[in-house]
Amino acid sequence: MVSIEMYVALSAILFTIGALGVLLRRNAIIVFMSIEMMLNSANLLFVAFSRYHGDVDGQVLVFFVITVAAAEVAVGLALIVTIFRSKKSINIDEINLMKG
Amino acid sequence: MSGELVIFIILALIAITSAIFMLLSTNAVHSALWLVLNFSTIGVLYLILSAPFIAMVQITVYAGAIMVLFLFVIMLLGAEHLGGVGQSQRWRLFLAGFLATVLISVFGIVMIEGQTGLDTAVANAPEITPQLLGLRLFEAYVFPFEVTGILLLTAMIGVVILNTRRKEENKNG
Repeated sequence: MVSIEMYVALSAILFTIGALGVLLRRNAIIVFMSIEMMLNSANLLFVAFSRYHGDVDGQVLVFFVITVAAAEVAVGLALIVTIFRSKKSINIDEINLMKG
Repeated sequence: MSGELVIFIILALIAITSAIFMLLSTNAVHSALWLVLNFSTIGVLYLILSAPFIAMVQITVYAGAIMVLFLFVIMLLGAEHLGGVGQSQRWRLFLAGFLATVLISVFGIVMIEGQTGLDTAVANAPEITPQLLGLRLFEAYVFPFEVTGILLLTAMIGVVILNTRRKEENKNG
């Protein structure tokens, strides 16, 4: 069996790439996708640890994370569509005001 | 090198490459498709970790439903070519690179030095079947499960409200 350190390393690399995506990309949709990737790397770690400890709770938590992520994406994309309609842009540097 | 290690390394390389291409591609549709590949490879990793239920949820919900939603919104808005990496300022690139290096080194240091519980991991732990998962979900975690239902309902109502207000404004204006 692959040692758990490999999974931790892969998860850390994917999380860092996701964080880079949030920092570097200006397109709000890509920023959202990067956040999804960070959530996914955390999920991978949960499943790996649950496998290596023989504990079900990790997988239950992944189930909840996926549900919350689905809700988050639905609301977030609806917000992006609404912002795009009023601002004609989804560049996150141009939507830095709370004012509509 | 065991066969499982070879498969893990191949999958890890695919996952990392697709993540990097998702970060770098200037077309948002391509980014989304690279992310689908990334999610699918992680789904296969879940299968290797003998978590078939989570793997199927990953493929159907993440690589399926969520990414279709992303692609739909990208194409609806026509936002394919907005804001590539090259368009960000140079200081931002340097700062992000520095922060990423710090993050990955902190991960490394914690993994090597810290009390992570990695050493208590046992390779021959009992396998987790979907049956066990379902029993735990509906016995110990039944209250969080119900809360999740309310969360999804709230999200649904929120989305409907966000997208109907515009119509009323159009009628008024």
